Amino acid sequence: MTQIEVTVNGAAQQIDVEPRLLLVHLIREDLQLTGTHIGCDTTHCGACTVLLDGVPVKSCTVFAVQANGSEVTTVEGLEQDGALHPVQQGFTEEHGLQCGFCTPGMMLTSVALLEQNQDPSEDEVRQAISGNLCRCTGYVNIVKSVQHAGRVIREG
Amino acid sequence: MIPGQFEYHAPSTLDEALALLAEHGSDARVLAGGQSLIPLMKLRLASPAVLVDLNGVDSLSGIEESDGQLRIGAMTRHSALERSELIASRYPLIADAAAVIADPLVRNRGTTGGSLAHADPAGDLGSVMTALGAEVGVAGPGGARTLSIDELLLGPFMTTLDEGEILTEVRVPQPEAGSGGAYEKLERKVGDFATAAVAVQITRANGSCSAAGIGLTAVGPTTIRASEAEDALTGSSLDDDALRAAADLAAAASDPAADLRGSEEYKRDMVRVLTLRALRRAVERAGG
Amino acid sequence: MVAETSPEIGGMGHSVKRKEDARFIRGRGNYVDDIVRPGMLYLDIVRSPYAHARIKSINSDAALEVEGVLAVITGETLKEFNLHWMPTLMSDTQMVLPVDKVMFAGQEVAAVVATSRYAAADGVEAVEVEYEPLPVVMDPFKALEPDAPVLRDDKEGKTDNHIFHWEVGDRDATDRAFEEADVTVSQDVYLPRIHVASIETCGCVAEFDSVTGQLTVWMTTQAPHAIRTVFALVAGHVGLSEEKIRIISPDIGGGFGGKVPVYPGYVIAVAAAVVTGHPVKWIEDRIENLQADSFARDYHMAAEIAADSDGTLKALRIKTLADHGYTDAACNPSQFPAGLFSICTGSYDFQNAFAEVDGVYTNKPPGGIAYRCSFRVTEAVHAIERLVDVLATEVGMDPADVRKKNFIPADAFPYQSVFDWEYDSGNYEGALNLAMETIGYDELRREQAEKRERGELMGIGISSFTEIVGAGPSRHFDILGLKMFDSCELRVHPTGKAVARFGTKSQGQGHETTYAQIIAQELGIPASDIAVEEGDTDTAPYGLGTYASRSTPTAGAAGAVAAGKVRDKARAIAAHLLEAEEVTEDDLEWEPGRFFVRSDPEKGVTIQEIALAAYTNHPQGMEAGLEAVSYYDPPNLTFPFGSYICVVDIDKGTGEVHVRRFVAVDDCGNIINPMIVEGQVHGGLTMGLAPALYEELSYDESGNPLSASFVDYLVPTAVETPAWETANTVTPSPHHPLGAKGIGESATVGAPPAIANAVVDALSHLGVRHIDIPITPDKVWSILRENGITE
Repeated sequence: MTQIEVTVNGAAQQIDVEPRLLLVHLIREDLQLTGTHIGCDTTHCGACTVLLDGVPVKSCTVFAVQANGSEVTTVEGLEQDGALHPVQQGFTEEHGLQCGFCTPGMMLTSVALLEQNQDPSEDEVRQAISGNLCRCTGYVNIVKSVQHAGRVIREG
Repeated sequence: MIPGQFEYHAPSTLDEALALLAEHGSDARVLAGGQSLIPLMKLRLASPAVLVDLNGVDSLSGIEESDGQLRIGAMTRHSALERSELIASRYPLIADAAAVIADPLVRNRGTTGGSLAHADPAGDLGSVMTALGAEVGVAGPGGARTLSIDELLLGPFMTTLDEGEILTEVRVPQPEAGSGGAYEKLERKVGDFATAAVAVQITRANGSCSAAGIGLTAVGPTTIRASEAEDALTGSSLDDDALRAAADLAAAASDPAADLRGSEEYKRDMVRVLTLRALRRAVERAGG
Repeated sequence: MVAETSPEIGGMGHSVKRKEDARFIRGRGNYVDDIVRPGMLYLDIVRSPYAHARIKSINSDAALEVEGVLAVITGETLKEFNLHWMPTLMSDTQMVLPVDKVMFAGQEVAAVVATSRYAAADGVEAVEVEYEPLPVVMDPFKALEPDAPVLRDDKEGKTDNHIFHWEVGDRDATDRAFEEADVTVSQDVYLPRIHVASIETCGCVAEFDSVTGQLTVWMTTQAPHAIRTVFALVAGHVGLSEEKIRIISPDIGGGFGGKVPVYPGYVIAVAAAVVTGHPVKWIEDRIENLQADSFARDYHMAAEIAADSDGTLKALRIKTLADHGYTDAACNPSQFPAGLFSICTGSYDFQNAFAEVDGVYTNKPPGGIAYRCSFRVTEAVHAIERLVDVLATEVGMDPADVRKKNFIPADAFPYQSVFDWEYDSGNYEGALNLAMETIGYDELRREQAEKRERGELMGIGISSFTEIVGAGPSRHFDILGLKMFDSCELRVHPTGKAVARFGTKSQGQGHETTYAQIIAQELGIPASDIAVEEGDTDTAPYGLGTYASRSTPTAGAAGAVAAGKVRDKARAIAAHLLEAEEVTEDDLEWEPGRFFVRSDPEKGVTIQEIALAAYTNHPQGMEAGLEAVSYYDPPNLTFPFGSYICVVDIDKGTGEVHVRRFVAVDDCGNIINPMIVEGQVHGGLTMGLAPALYEELSYDESGNPLSASFVDYLVPTAVETPAWETANTVTPSPHHPLGAKGIGESATVGAPPAIANAVVDALSHLGVRHIDIPITPDKVWSILRENGITE
């Protein structure tokens, strides 16, 4: 076991982990933050996407030990002081989710996109979320949701 | 999908990393971005006893031009290449490729050095660096050495790196005036490995082609340099006939295997089509 | 007509924001893998590397040495309880764990129970199984040859690999129509094996209390009530009893039919929970999901049309071979071994038709399920919509004109099809006209002609489909004898709020919102005041579940009927409350949310006032309370329809197909929530695009799966998926209480032929008449190459 220190959604945590523990299992099982999901084994679906030091990564393809000293943001960390993140607002307003399983990963990827580009074109959104699979929505409303969030951010 | 057990080390310097590799010998494997290795471990197709993680070795990351070369640290993420203004303005071939490796999230982790050392014949950067005539810096117990990209890539998932060695950086010659490059990738969907892809880099001087590099992705047991096509282009006027002839030669140089992406014939023809498209764009980028 | 409700009430026609989103956007959904029970163990499964092999031995010793591994369960373990085989919904048999041989690559061979997910995986690695490979049968046509190895030698007296023969229609009359016809066209059409690949895989947590005999299973199921009964019937002999079985279907990350079957993993987990006395969690990974869970399609159809030379359709004949894998584990209503394939006459007025399907065993995983469609409707629609295009080319007509010439006319509904379905309502030409106007059909045809002159490849494809959904009337529809009604139990609280429980189970469709809107529509209680619950067999009324677009047609109707019953009682209470006005029930009029006196509309009582009175001031002689139950047996199915038009451009160099535009006009009758309906269409279209261009479960000759992960099973991303354009016509169902029809699957059914027709259209001048889906770049390239077209 290796002790790691990782800050998850703003809270510093010290945890003993087996080196092979995947970051997604640390998040879901050790920290019981079950909003982060698992949808494949081969780094394709993006259901497990979290922000690692602000960068969206597939947490099924990072070892928990590699997050030592890092900050992790999961879907549970998006809402601040009872206020939904603009991306959460966008997904609700534009019907950007159905079964909800891909949604946390999709939203975290979108958060990172909007940090870089607050007014993404349809094509830019589609490219940015192309590492996250959704089986329900056909993506049209996800694109609208992200653009909606961009508007909310731009308008402050 | 759960990986097997291993011992984990996270050195913060290259020397520490080399010492760990020396200590653990053939039991050890280097962990770079992990976007190929970790899935292989989850599938238990790879079960290294010891992992030496280079993600904490800061000196291995970075993109800079110096001494007539572009130097890309081995741990530079694909997304860093994708976002680099230097790369976008002066190395369009790398910029093209960096934007189509796997998917955006994988590119946030995957690294240049990891990709080259993995030596997947379907890896995009192998053919890119082949076309660019890059060399790699290697550190090891015997000191540092330099390998040309052709010397590095030996076969499917095989390189000439020795046990205990670490690929530390990639060095690309700075493009001369009149250079242009392009990467053309055919994939079934985003995130797929290439059905075929072609990297080209050409230099035009005094109306004719003074240098040409062509690397082929996913159409052979390893990255392929289309030497005859390069030779045919060199000295040519880069007119459309010359490009077509080179595309035919590149197709002939490919050695694809049939799979779900298509037949050998299909892939060979895709090399032709993609080479022609890449050359046309490269010529345009080189200034007509 | 449906009464209008205010936005505050949010009845039918309002795009009410979804109630379920509040938890999902916060990561507070509760999916099966999120459930943790005290002392819970983990189960992982050893799977066969062979498609057909005898098991010579299973050695668990090394696995039991692994730290954390508690038990290894094999077929022999289950055989002690006679649980090593289980029945399928089609009255075939399926192995839970084998004792003799394995029948497909990826089949469950043994299960490891351990204290952690990681230890279980280590245990699976350590189980040693010795196999003796047997001859493999992968080709369903070869499977029927006389010398083919008989796969199901477990069945006494079985001498071949044939499962069933099913036919419908008048064979002789159809043959005569073909003989007499001016024109006949024929085309082999293969719909390949595909997989729903919901982003959440399947799994369960099983918990058994050995003292009380109570079994609780949280599982990814679209049909929890039927599962409970099946468990009781299958495992009654080991002490499971239905009153002590509780199935809870928590939030489900997409179903699409893949979460209807009972997979061996569920049964093994239950057995493990009973044997170990601990809760046991089993969650399959993606590779297991794609390798072993039910497939869809795999229909080899030989289709023919007879017509007059002016394009008038005369007769349809389809002969189909259905590859079911090693057992017929299809999820069809019992009397329909080929599902609702007999909808294959489509939107057209055929007077003669004959269809037959033969099922066959191969060494592939068992199935088939629907992949977001109503029991083989996609297969039927693909055949007819492709064939109509083949005929159009043959007679030199525009495919739109052939369709219009042969549509069942709008004034012919209800329409009795030659296969004896009563189509409830339709206006097919209206939908096609709207689609053609929206996309600018004539202009596109002109553009195509110009491009063709220049050697560019552009195609326009139409699909004018009719679905058959909402199974179904009890006289025809049952699953294992359970009639396919569905249910609603509605309870209005004293404060005027309500809880409604249903026998269905949402997997993303938004039932919590649309069902609330149905109740809101009928009672005038705001949708936001109505809690909707499903999926817990201890609390919800019995129902057959959610699949085949049946929720709105059946449970939604039950909701309306239950609300109607509540309203009837409310009327009596209202009259009681208005006693001072000297009115009777007959003097009262209803508007959403309120009864008022016809002669004096200012005087009235709200549903909230009535609800309070139902508990505080109910009329003497009347039972207190305000609640109702409806078990709704639909009088007929509903027949949603639509017309889709797709425009594609083909890359002559690579053979890639680019969907430039896609207009979908759907008609699902009266719409409950337009936002949700549009979302369902978007998703359905994407699951139509996927098999049309990308997805296929492929196998090599030895039976190894070649697309058993997302590396090669190509679920489209946002980049491949076009920006769908949608529109609606509204032709209410005459028999549904709300005039509504199912909409969840129309687009999956209608999209593939529109795309295939567009690609074929782009290449039709080369003599191309058909391409089997998925239309991959290499297939198109081969066609181009044969015709000397290159970049």
